[in-house]
Amino acid sequence: MGGMAAPQVAPVETPDTDEVPASDRPWVTIVWDDPVNLMTYVTWVFQKLFGYSREKAEQLMLDVHHKGKAVVSSGARERMEHDASQLHAYGLWATVDRS
Amino acid sequence: MFRRYGDRYVATFAVDEVRVLRKVASEVVGLLTDGFDHGDPVVGRLFPEVYPEDAASAAEFRRYTEGDLKTAKIDQAGAILAALPDGEVGGEVRLDAEAAEAWLRALNDARLAMGVRLEIKDGTDLGEELDDAVAEDPTSSRVFQLSVYAYLGYLQESLLNALID
Repeated sequence: MGGMAAPQVAPVETPDTDEVPASDRPWVTIVWDDPVNLMTYVTWVFQKLFGYSREKAEQLMLDVHHKGKAVVSSGARERMEHDASQLHAYGLWATVDRS
Repeated sequence: MFRRYGDRYVATFAVDEVRVLRKVASEVVGLLTDGFDHGDPVVGRLFPEVYPEDAASAAEFRRYTEGDLKTAKIDQAGAILAALPDGEVGGEVRLDAEAAEAWLRALNDARLAMGVRLEIKDGTDLGEELDDAVAEDPTSSRVFQLSVYAYLGYLQESLLNALID
């Protein structure tokens, strides 16, 4: 749990001047796979809460289903906590992490 | 099963269905009120840790959000109870869009709770589970619970399809 969607890059010694400090990186809301929620329901929740198109919502649902999790939104920490809370009201398993 | 008629979502329930729906919705309310226990895995599933690796932030988040989330879940289970026919009778349930969405969320909460108790896993074949349980003891509580779980999924799907149509 608590992992990141993007692959981890091995630390390099030369500092990258373009690198964004950890404190400035946005936060993400992650939805995790669970054995109970119906696939059609999860797709519907993504459309409903985030206003995503059917295609985008379905792709995210499939990512959750096949990869075990998916990043469903990103932005300010407070915003992500709000999203996670909403997702919990719909019964989805959501966590918040730094991107 | 639910169908859409104009802006209403309508289903006709037999007395047994009314009884089951009243029972599962009341159990969810009980779980969120007098029976509320953070140590219960069902509560853990309905109120997931938002920061699984940061206990302090998780506790702070819970302090600010848990009350509202609990109220929302009690209200949505209450939407099922409010719409069911009174007494030991079957009958029609008519929902507007708002009530239909409350029912969807409440049916999902009930299924999540039952899924934890029944130890539903990824790849669990419900038909197979039910066959095994019947072979062991057709009058067992597990047979009943599995049937109710399957029924709630079917009902939730029909309501969702009616909403999406």
